Amino acid sequence: MSAIPQDLKYTEDHEWAKLEGSNTIRVGITDFAKESLGDVVFVELPKLGRLLKAKETFGVVESIKAVSDLYSPLDGEVVEVNAALQDNPGLINASPYGDGWIMKLKIKEPQDYQALLTPEKYAQITR
Amino acid sequence: MNKRTPLYPIHVSQNAKLIPFGGWEMPVQYSGIAEEHLACRNAAGIFDVSHMGEIRIHGRGAAPFLNKIITNDLSKIKDNQAVYTVMCNENGGCVDDLIVHRIHSDDFLLCVNASNADKDFEWITSQKPEGLHVDNVSAEYAQIAIQGPQAQHILSQLTSVDLPSIQYYWFIQGIVLGKPMLIARTGYTGEDGFELYLCPSDAPALWNTLLEAGKPRGLMPCGLGARDTLRIEMKYPLYGHEISEELNPIHAGLGWVVHWDKTTFIGKDRLEQIKSSSQQKKLIGLKCLGKQIPRQSYEIQKNGEKIGFITSGTLSPCLNHGIGIGYIETVHSTIGSVIDVCIRGQNVPHEIVKTPFYKPLRRPL
Repeated sequence: MSAIPQDLKYTEDHEWAKLEGSNTIRVGITDFAKESLGDVVFVELPKLGRLLKAKETFGVVESIKAVSDLYSPLDGEVVEVNAALQDNPGLINASPYGDGWIMKLKIKEPQDYQALLTPEKYAQITR
Repeated sequence: MNKRTPLYPIHVSQNAKLIPFGGWEMPVQYSGIAEEHLACRNAAGIFDVSHMGEIRIHGRGAAPFLNKIITNDLSKIKDNQAVYTVMCNENGGCVDDLIVHRIHSDDFLLCVNASNADKDFEWITSQKPEGLHVDNVSAEYAQIAIQGPQAQHILSQLTSVDLPSIQYYWFIQGIVLGKPMLIARTGYTGEDGFELYLCPSDAPALWNTLLEAGKPRGLMPCGLGARDTLRIEMKYPLYGHEISEELNPIHAGLGWVVHWDKTTFIGKDRLEQIKSSSQQKKLIGLKCLGKQIPRQSYEIQKNGEKIGFITSGTLSPCLNHGIGIGYIETVHSTIGSVIDVCIRGQNVPHEIVKTPFYKPLRRPL
């Protein structure tokens, strides 16, 4: 059974999002995604300032066996990336909701955040 | 519906991650690919390879018939000896790669790829003369591989067979854990080790007992994920990646299994043309100079021009950087050259390196 923290929102593509301040979200991959992928050995981060559409590919995480695309939860601009992942992609294995976060996105429409999946809804699709 | 090996219930109970592979539901990993890989290199690993196909060819004339089908030379091996080879179609493409075990001069057991077993059986049957027996005996065999520097020590606890007397690519039919089996000193990891062919109903007890006996020496169950990374570090070809019906053994660097002095074998004429052609390509090993990982089908470029493609790639658990196998035009294949691999639209420099990427111990500890 994978961990699904109650204070986050989720996507069908197995990303999590956390609202920080009024219009920024922190984004990472879920415990479920990490478990299905196997140990993460490489992360490709987006460029700062990149404008993303919801569901647009913004990077990849790779395990030894597979490459998996990362999808933006919402429309927005990349304002920070977790550069530590470049030298230590294993942070995602150790702590997908903590030190293994991937990027921060300044979102256009803060109310869109509320429309992301609730922990209950996300639990249903990973069951 | 995918087939399941006799060890399937054990894999499920050990929480293995299962994937479809070549028509089978197979364990891809147990604890983690890197950990399993390193266990096999430094201690030992056991692999359920019961999906592999077995074809028996027996009867008068089996040897000359088989020697016409394969590229390697059967006349070079004796009873209880095995040989790695490919068998080609008339165009020089590979029908499959396989190991031929010589039981007697008129009796051979072939170990073939799971996904090719039915095709191989039909191909061989279509070529065979009257009176010769060709049987697809895949269902009669489970196969367990035990590989790594501790393999011989662990296996010796379960058998009185004189394992050190079995040389590389030789085999013995002997008793292990009270059951008859074919014990071959072969493998797909580059390490010392054995491949055990046995009755499916005897496989679960052997698996469990080997695991138990090997635990103190660091033995781990290994899935197809580690099997793949181990073979990539050795640059061993995998059917469907480095070789196929369209890819020939010459370009794949398997010229050493093609014996030109044989009067005839299927594909010989075409392979001779390929060998003397000026349009050459070559299978090479690449080391990624960045943190990325080259993957199958990525384009290889030089000055923005396509010069080849990746056939297999992974992060090397032993070397801890990306490695890839790929075909490139021979003119660009010098060891030490730096070329680009196109990874998601970005050109990432890679160096052409000597292979195997990793030099295994290849003897018992």
